[in-house]
Amino acid sequence: MVTKETILSWLEEVCDPEIPVLSLADLGVLRDVEYLKNEWLITITPTYSGCPAMKTMEADVLSKLKEKGVDDVRVELVLSPAWTTDWLSEEGRKKLRSFGIAPPEDEVDKSVLFAAPTVVPCPKCGSRETKMVSQFGSTACKAHYKCLSCLEPFDYFKCLK
Amino acid sequence: MKNEALYNYVLHLGDDSLILGQRLGEWCGHGPILEEDIAMTNISLDLIGQAMSLLDYAGEIDGQGKDHDALAFLRFEHEYRNVLLLEQPNGDFANTMMRQFLFDAFRKPLYEQLVASKDVQISAIAEKSLKETKYHLKHSSEWIIRLGDGTEESHNRVQNALDHLWRYTDELFSESDLDQSLVDAGIVPSMSEIKIQWAETVRSVLEEATLMIPTNNWQFEGGRRGVHSEHLGFLLADLQYMQRAYPNMTW
Repeated sequence: MVTKETILSWLEEVCDPEIPVLSLADLGVLRDVEYLKNEWLITITPTYSGCPAMKTMEADVLSKLKEKGVDDVRVELVLSPAWTTDWLSEEGRKKLRSFGIAPPEDEVDKSVLFAAPTVVPCPKCGSRETKMVSQFGSTACKAHYKCLSCLEPFDYFKCLK
Repeated sequence: MKNEALYNYVLHLGDDSLILGQRLGEWCGHGPILEEDIAMTNISLDLIGQAMSLLDYAGEIDGQGKDHDALAFLRFEHEYRNVLLLEQPNGDFANTMMRQFLFDAFRKPLYEQLVASKDVQISAIAEKSLKETKYHLKHSSEWIIRLGDGTEESHNRVQNALDHLWRYTDELFSESDLDQSLVDAGIVPSMSEIKIQWAETVRSVLEEATLMIPTNNWQFEGGRRGVHSEHLGFLLADLQYMQRAYPNMTW
């Protein structure tokens, strides 16, 4: 009988389809693994309500465990407690930066209109001279920034609390 | 027996998200600038995601094995419970943003109150959706101010949008007799509390945008009873086409 630790180590190989350097655990999407009666229950939570990657993640978890010979698996999606960028692991933040995506910074109060956007250092050159182009970026979880020093555009994994 | 009041309420929340999500999706590829094209479709995606959770839950309460797809694609106009405001055509960008702002300013306090719902599933969906809605409200508020306090052209367009859409705002706060039982049970908040917060957000943003709240307060309602404007049928024809033409097709 495989242990929970073994299942967790196998799931380390299941990554976000849009950000292939992050495992579901790094992302904080993987909430729990437990053995119930005669099946493994894998609990995941969506980053954003409409995140189209959730279906893929669910299928990837199932196929990864099947590949390892574990067939009795159920994946359950839970909404509460709601996902927050605080759950991104330290390792995950490092991996994001090396992949060219700026990890979430503590953000200004969203109720303040026209507040100066959060200073997000450029993941490519490290400059703090960057500019938000749009609050909404290539996926629901990212905003679009550009670096005023190296002039590269980049994605910012926006803060969600 | 199913809880008719809860079913109606959750269906109405889901339909509001679904119909506005569909309207925003119509901007895909037509946004005035690329960033706004992406912003509107991102917001659409959040709303469709919320609609999926809400309609799944409505289907669960209904107990007839219907999931979000069955509810989104296989009902007729009079079975939708969204408010009239959200089915109104996009018009220009100013009109789309005004519709969005009037709704976001309502949805945020509503979700804040629904987080405290005694119904755990409603509470979970509200907790999740609230985080997204805060971004939506910030985005639409900033555009209303930028357009209203912008050029003469942008000011006139957004004022026209406000004059046109104002007549659909009272319906946001309409409550049926069935809703009252949910309020009494601590499952949903009373709309009078939500309206106070909505009015304050609307007043402060419109004031900064140099826009005037219309004095003609003639109001329309009907959506929550299934009595819709002519626009909903066209929207649904688009939304449902694939499922109606190829029943049970899946991706």
